[in-house]
Amino acid sequence: MTCLSVELPGLNLNNPVMPASGCFGFGREYSEFYALNKLGAVIMKAATGGERYGNQTPRVAETPSGMLNAIGLQNPGVDAIIANEVPFLEEQDVPVIANIAGSTVEEYDAVASAFNNVLSVKALELNISCPNVKEGGIQFGTDPRMAAEVTKKVKAASRLPVYVKLSPNTSNIVEMAKAVEAAGADGLSMINTITGMQLNLTTMRPVLANNTGGLSGNAIKPIAIRMIYEVKQHVSIPIIGMGGISNAEDVLEFLLAGASAVAVGTANFHNPYACPEIIENLPDILQQYGFASVKDAVGKGHD
Amino acid sequence: MKKCTDMLVKSVHEIALETVEMTLADAFITKEAAPGQFLHLLVDGHSLRRPISITDIDRNNETVTILFKKTGEGTRRLASLQPGSTVNAIGPAGNGFSYDSSIRTALLIGGGIGIPPLYCLGRELLQNGINVKAVLGFQTKQHVFYEEKFKMLGGTYVVTDDGSYGHKGFVTDGLDFAGHFDHYYSCGPIPMLRAVTNELTYRPGSISLEERLGCGIGACFACVIQTDNAGGYRKICSDGPVFAAGEVVL
Repeated sequence: MTCLSVELPGLNLNNPVMPASGCFGFGREYSEFYALNKLGAVIMKAATGGERYGNQTPRVAETPSGMLNAIGLQNPGVDAIIANEVPFLEEQDVPVIANIAGSTVEEYDAVASAFNNVLSVKALELNISCPNVKEGGIQFGTDPRMAAEVTKKVKAASRLPVYVKLSPNTSNIVEMAKAVEAAGADGLSMINTITGMQLNLTTMRPVLANNTGGLSGNAIKPIAIRMIYEVKQHVSIPIIGMGGISNAEDVLEFLLAGASAVAVGTANFHNPYACPEIIENLPDILQQYGFASVKDAVGKGHD
Repeated sequence: MKKCTDMLVKSVHEIALETVEMTLADAFITKEAAPGQFLHLLVDGHSLRRPISITDIDRNNETVTILFKKTGEGTRRLASLQPGSTVNAIGPAGNGFSYDSSIRTALLIGGGIGIPPLYCLGRELLQNGINVKAVLGFQTKQHVFYEEKFKMLGGTYVVTDDGSYGHKGFVTDGLDFAGHFDHYYSCGPIPMLRAVTNELTYRPGSISLEERLGCGIGACFACVIQTDNAGGYRKICSDGPVFAAGEVVL
């Protein structure tokens, strides 16, 4: 029997697979396709202090082996999420991770504090890497000093373990990872989307109303693998890996690179059963490559 | 209820310029489908699905018909599927058109590839004793489809942008022809829907919208449309694609 369970700060997961923030809403829609307690955990869509409408449409564009999105952190605000969305997830009997975003250190502090009284939320994912909102945290995600500052503030405000979600839109991912580890991060989430753009040949203008968007999907998997592999060699906190995962082989590749668990994003749009199918196939794939458990495979891609 | 399943391709025909009619079989989707709903179709080699409106529902043969325009690589590949092959669909997705017994005569106003869902609706309205009239707009004579089928439902007025068939002009030029009606149903490009709703403020109406979708089931917030300037919104894929005229800002 292949062991899929994973223990991470604050999280005892039955398996290492969870839907990535922003690709799964608050779970309701996918619960029409399968029972959410099959998942390792659910990472909720980003919460900000107040309600946000987000960007103009079009907000998505298809690209070779991926997609661009510029949603713009649309969400009803942290209080409405706690009141209206968390209770539904509580009924699903699945660990919940809250993704938090903000435009100021004070907003991050307030959103993090708001989840202190929500017992079903087991960890925070600190979003300092949304590329689609000027004030959506990316300024914290590209400067190691600012990343460390917001991490410290959120750690001080929250009773929960904090996983800092790193942006690949930086010249030195290792420096970013080390800075947030030193600031007290309990884990890392990596990677967020990569800034990109697509032009329409007929209109000769960008397809997305926001002009730029975040590239996701299979196209970015090698970038995620490279960054996780490099970061793994320099930090000791666990990594939740993401970026283009669409099958169980991809999951194993992320584990080998150094991830302890994974998140699946764009693949959910392609196949609403992506997460449960990956979980179902994972034991066979682990066994096929000689691993008795998920834990056995973590970091095995390193010398 | 909707599900994600492989549908069997029964037939594929090009019925007008770049316009393809495809019939797909699946017992569950045919049983559940209603006019105005759509199928979210997976095309090999493409990461995002294509939302295509349901044009007709044949409950006896357990098939639904869709019509789409070959506008890019994805829809061209979809059109190349052969009978006997399968296509993966999430469906029936979205909320369809609604009607009640207060409506005695309905006016269908369609533009281009927005016309197909109105055919499905027109058939159902007629079966429920509601009179149907239609104003249909196409780009050119080569783009015209389903004119005879709509004429079987009721009086039909065809316009083309360049006057190469029917009357020259826009669908709004055909509204006078329609005479009295109790409710209108419209689907087409946003500028057309804006013109139609501005013209017909004196009658209740329903409109169906088109947008680029992400997940197609309401989870990703890619396809929202504003309802006011104060942050109100609807998701086109799951709250719509059909809305009451005036419910969303066009």
